[in-house]
Amino acid sequence: MRALLIFPSALFLSAVFAVPSAQTASAQDAPVEKPDLAAGKVIFEGHCSLCHGIDGGGGRGPSLHRTKLSRAPDDKTLKLLIQNGIPPEMPEGWYLSEQDIVNVAAFVRSLGNVPPEKLPGDPQRGEAIYARSGCATCHILAGKGIGFGPELTEVGARRGAARLRATLQNPSKTIPEEFLLIEAVTSSGQTIRGIRLNEDTFTIQLKDMQGNFYSLRKSDLRELKKLRGETLMPSYESFVSATELDDLVAYLASQRGQP
Amino acid sequence: MRLLTLFLFAATFVSAQVPFERIVNADKEPGNWLTYSRTLDGKRFSPLSEINTENVSQLKVKWAYQFKDSNIEVSPIVIDGILYVTGPNAAAALDGRSGRSLWKWKRPLPGDYQSIGFGHTNRGAAVLDDKLFVATLDGFLVALDLKSGAERWSAKVLDYKLGYSMTMAPLAIDEKIVVGVSGGEAGIRGFLDAYDARTGKQAWRFWTIPGPGEPGHETWSGGDWKTGGGATWVTGAYDPELKLVYWGVGNPGPDWNGDMRPGDNLYTCSFIALDADTGKLSWYFQFTPHDTHDWDATHVPILFDGEVQGKKRKLIAVANRNAFYYVLDRATGEFIAGKPYAKQTWAKGLDVKGRPILTTNAEPTEQGALIWPNLNGGTVWFSPSYSPQTDFVYISVREIGARYFKRVTPYRVGTFFPGGGEDELPPDDTWGAIRALQAETGELRWEFKLFSPPWAGVLSTAGGLVFSGSDEGNFYALDGRTGKPLWDFQTGGAIGANPSSFMIDGHQRISIAADRVLYVFGL
Repeated sequence: MRALLIFPSALFLSAVFAVPSAQTASAQDAPVEKPDLAAGKVIFEGHCSLCHGIDGGGGRGPSLHRTKLSRAPDDKTLKLLIQNGIPPEMPEGWYLSEQDIVNVAAFVRSLGNVPPEKLPGDPQRGEAIYARSGCATCHILAGKGIGFGPELTEVGARRGAARLRATLQNPSKTIPEEFLLIEAVTSSGQTIRGIRLNEDTFTIQLKDMQGNFYSLRKSDLRELKKLRGETLMPSYESFVSATELDDLVAYLASQRGQP
Repeated sequence: MRLLTLFLFAATFVSAQVPFERIVNADKEPGNWLTYSRTLDGKRFSPLSEINTENVSQLKVKWAYQFKDSNIEVSPIVIDGILYVTGPNAAAALDGRSGRSLWKWKRPLPGDYQSIGFGHTNRGAAVLDDKLFVATLDGFLVALDLKSGAERWSAKVLDYKLGYSMTMAPLAIDEKIVVGVSGGEAGIRGFLDAYDARTGKQAWRFWTIPGPGEPGHETWSGGDWKTGGGATWVTGAYDPELKLVYWGVGNPGPDWNGDMRPGDNLYTCSFIALDADTGKLSWYFQFTPHDTHDWDATHVPILFDGEVQGKKRKLIAVANRNAFYYVLDRATGEFIAGKPYAKQTWAKGLDVKGRPILTTNAEPTEQGALIWPNLNGGTVWFSPSYSPQTDFVYISVREIGARYFKRVTPYRVGTFFPGGGEDELPPDDTWGAIRALQAETGELRWEFKLFSPPWAGVLSTAGGLVFSGSDEGNFYALDGRTGKPLWDFQTGGAIGANPSSFMIDGHQRISIAADRVLYVFGL
């Protein structure tokens, strides 16, 4: 019946329809049975590991090898978060039963017993490298810099260290969907390169590196290219030494926002 | 004496504003919209042509009405200049000139009510004689006085504590109101009900999951039928000559774990044709036997007459959620034609009787199996449209696959009973389209691509236009013959509703709901 997610029997904006927003029994209800860690692990590996890593060590999503989860300070919040997701990055677990949620939440908590990965770099040195490498010409961190690329204030809470390293080495492999690079050629021949801010069937909205906004109707364009796999961010592998890269990763991984 | 006559005439008029004959003969009054799909044959086609391919670019908002609830999915009923709209457990009459409300009705929702598998929504009302009929989330069919919104009667259709609910617009047939139920994700046993329009007394019930001793029960094992699903949550169609009610039946329960219910699981994922007087089954056609993807057959059926191998036939067509388009004989249920209209990877094709021939990767697994389409299918609940001008069926198509998982879910009364789930593909791997299919064959005639999979239905008009909406809020008009875009408007809210068309003060209007706003457009 669901229509969904953004809505169900056909569930719902896209989320609205598509997923059964149907939230079923509330996650804070008492579990039917005691948590089953093995069952929770199966769900985690099937649905969560894509972003959090097969061992929970992080990837596109943050490492869960920590006793305190910033978004889920208590078990009730953790279960609600698994059920409802964190739009737009983390999908909701609408199809999980109460018991499933109890199981996977318990498994996630058990990952907190795994010691956090020891990063080889030095965050303080990394801060200096960040300051002299031009990162702030595109990123805002702790309120400073230019907002062309993703904000990095809480990047350590959103991304695992391995993912941060991979992005610094080869940024074109890990471009977030909301920073897709577009090249549009208008009917008068003007070429505009910028980040896609929004798009629908008839229009697209861009921002170029100078911070100019562009509102374009697709039918007026001579060309519209989605430059998947392209980014204006350079690979830092060629700019910095291996040790400096370690330092930069350690610095970014320590950026977890306000405590 | 003359005064008395006048009084009697007036009294008759008041008690029978919309007799069934008006609905049957809806084409005689194209300025009104008297049943969910305008006509009982499910075509969602408007004979109005004031707004046409030449002037649609001049279309402008005439007024907007804001609902209290978001994600409004209503398709209004329009009678002589008045719009009747619904929201979850709510209804209102609106002045067609100004959009101002004339009356409002609301029924409180019990604190322990839960929507299991869908949002709090309502897709519209039915009208017959002097009453408006609304189905509520908590299970009542309510008859409201058209003039005041006061309740005339209410009938308890279901117990929401078992996971049942109602979201669809009821269908008024001769003297009866037909209603279907939601709850296919909650282990319900589905049914379709008819009630006496005057009194609210139940006229018949058809169980979509046959019980012991009934034909079709052999397609279930043990007690599986008791939680077998088979919801009926989208409005059907009616042929007043054959006196058959056509209705789509939803998925089996649990949705994604077929091991828990071996067999074909009749009458899930089927069209059923029921005798309007008795509710007895005339025929059925099962599109997806033993479904494991949540591919409800809950679609508005399109009834049309067409030529098949040189002979005129009474036909019924549907673009099914399983990504195949089907044409059947609507007197017998005989399979006539079928072919995919959207990407699908689960079937190699259909056999001569229309039964799918499965591929080797057609079922959810423990690890997850990548299959097209996703659980919301090639299309979902929103309406298709058929234009007699082009003989095309227009469909909002969703191009999206998913990794389907199988899990074991124990049944607990009134809770989510999925048996698995799915992970959708990332947004940029998905898209949508409006597709025009030749009605008799399903051959693709044109396609208009959409940025994302849509949740809006389609309206076609005698002005040569096709209207629909997008998830990003675009409401737009296409040329019905070519698919060329002619006009679009940004509504500011996701569109998950069906467009409709009617006349106010002699001029054509087009309406669409977008999130919590109903827009009415005109020249």
